[in-house]
Amino acid sequence: MRHLLATEGLTYDDALTILDTAEEMAAVTSREVKKLPTLRGRTVVNLFYEDSTRTRVSFEAAAKRLSADVVNFSAKGSSVSKGESLKDTVQTLDAMGADAIVIRHSAAGAAAQLAASDWSEAAVVNAGDGTHEHPTQALLDALTLRRDWHAAHRGSGSSTSPRGTDLAGMRVLIVGDILHSRVARSNLWLLRTLGAEVHFAAPATLLPLGVESWPVTVHYSLDQALAAAPDAVMMLRVQAERMGGAFFPTAAEYTRRWGLTDERLATVADLTLGETQSPALILHPGPMNRGVEISAAAADAPQTRITEQVTNGVAVRMAVLHLLLTGDHA
Amino acid sequence: MSHSSETAQVMAAPDIDRALTRIAHEIVEAQRGTEGLIILGIPRRGVPLAQRLGAKLASIDPGFDSESSLGALDITMYRDDLRTTAARTPEPTSLPTAGIDGATAVLVDDVLYSGRTVRAALDALADYGRPAVVRLAVLVDRGHRELPIRADHVGKNIPTARHERVAVRLAEIDGIAREAEEVVITR
Repeated sequence: MRHLLATEGLTYDDALTILDTAEEMAAVTSREVKKLPTLRGRTVVNLFYEDSTRTRVSFEAAAKRLSADVVNFSAKGSSVSKGESLKDTVQTLDAMGADAIVIRHSAAGAAAQLAASDWSEAAVVNAGDGTHEHPTQALLDALTLRRDWHAAHRGSGSSTSPRGTDLAGMRVLIVGDILHSRVARSNLWLLRTLGAEVHFAAPATLLPLGVESWPVTVHYSLDQALAAAPDAVMMLRVQAERMGGAFFPTAAEYTRRWGLTDERLATVADLTLGETQSPALILHPGPMNRGVEISAAAADAPQTRITEQVTNGVAVRMAVLHLLLTGDHA
Repeated sequence: MSHSSETAQVMAAPDIDRALTRIAHEIVEAQRGTEGLIILGIPRRGVPLAQRLGAKLASIDPGFDSESSLGALDITMYRDDLRTTAARTPEPTSLPTAGIDGATAVLVDDVLYSGRTVRAALDALADYGRPAVVRLAVLVDRGHRELPIRADHVGKNIPTARHERVAVRLAEIDGIAREAEEVVITR
């Protein structure tokens, strides 16, 4: 791997390598010295053209745990607001000696363009490009799902580590604004690669054109989708900032039809991971709109993995930076 | 077992077992017992070797609890050649429940060559705590050190040329029968 741009096209072997590496990176967080010397002297630039606190902080924490130097560049209050192009910004950062560029941009394909260009020699990590992809989010979701899926299915005596396992047979339901969600797209491709079955549940106005040709089962009712007994329910954020038009009448109606309310939480609480006794999981990429797409009770339920997702995010990003910045291509 | 003309067996399964038995006795003698002793295998082949040493120590000194004194120390992220060799997936690190602060830690690996793995292991160990003493036990010392590092306990010294390769084949890692275990040198 030279860059990480998308989960569409990411091979099964590469996905498992990232997840297995992340599993060991997670152990660093629990030890006395929470730092590895691996990327000492390397520079990681966070180039963020869109607001994001959690993804940027997660990448920053990941780079710092690997001893890399981190430069944060956000478009607000920078030369970009004076009209500088992406190319000029990147060449400036390259001249400062960036070894990896983590880019978030509102335009789909921005990361791919940067990787394909000769503007910089740096490894490129896509941290979200428009409504296209957000690969590290899907990888951290997969890491979270895999750990529970493995723990529920392993027999007594088999390894406690989920290394080398995938999500074969798992059924994951993604609910909400699929249209604007790069998280849904990245998850679809990665979960399929790992052997899981993916379901979408969304109002017709929030489904992308041509979704019927994707390898996914679409439900136009959340209650029907839950009746199909998913092993995990991933609630997407209602992205008010991407909604120019009227996609649904009111927030209250959205909650009533598409929210994980207290009543629906009771339905989810009866679901299990496959044929096991372990409870089905609830995920959310954050930040949550409590009371809109997810009720407070659902957000804090015992089968909810939202804080684990945040922790796993750092581990996955450490793994990605390690794999991209070490090896003979570096 | 037959090999091509370029491969020679330098240790067979009984030799490996005898070497480990002797190392276990050496450790007990040097430590005057097993008080505060922990055994850390360096993945991958150091881990099963450490487990076998632990079992032998327990049979020599019943006071040695191999359950709480055995561990694995992965050094992948501490290597000094990360920029030039292919990226590797780290192996699990598991520390002995007895803890490493103030302990006598014996690092175990299969082959001692340049000494760079041991250098990385010392760095990794320092990030987990501060043992009172660190020792090194290896099954094979093939020479050609590039750093001022030496082993305290050696199963067998095998003089080699740099272009030769030494391979240790163990049941747990290589999926062979315990009786078929061996150390071979390829020219």
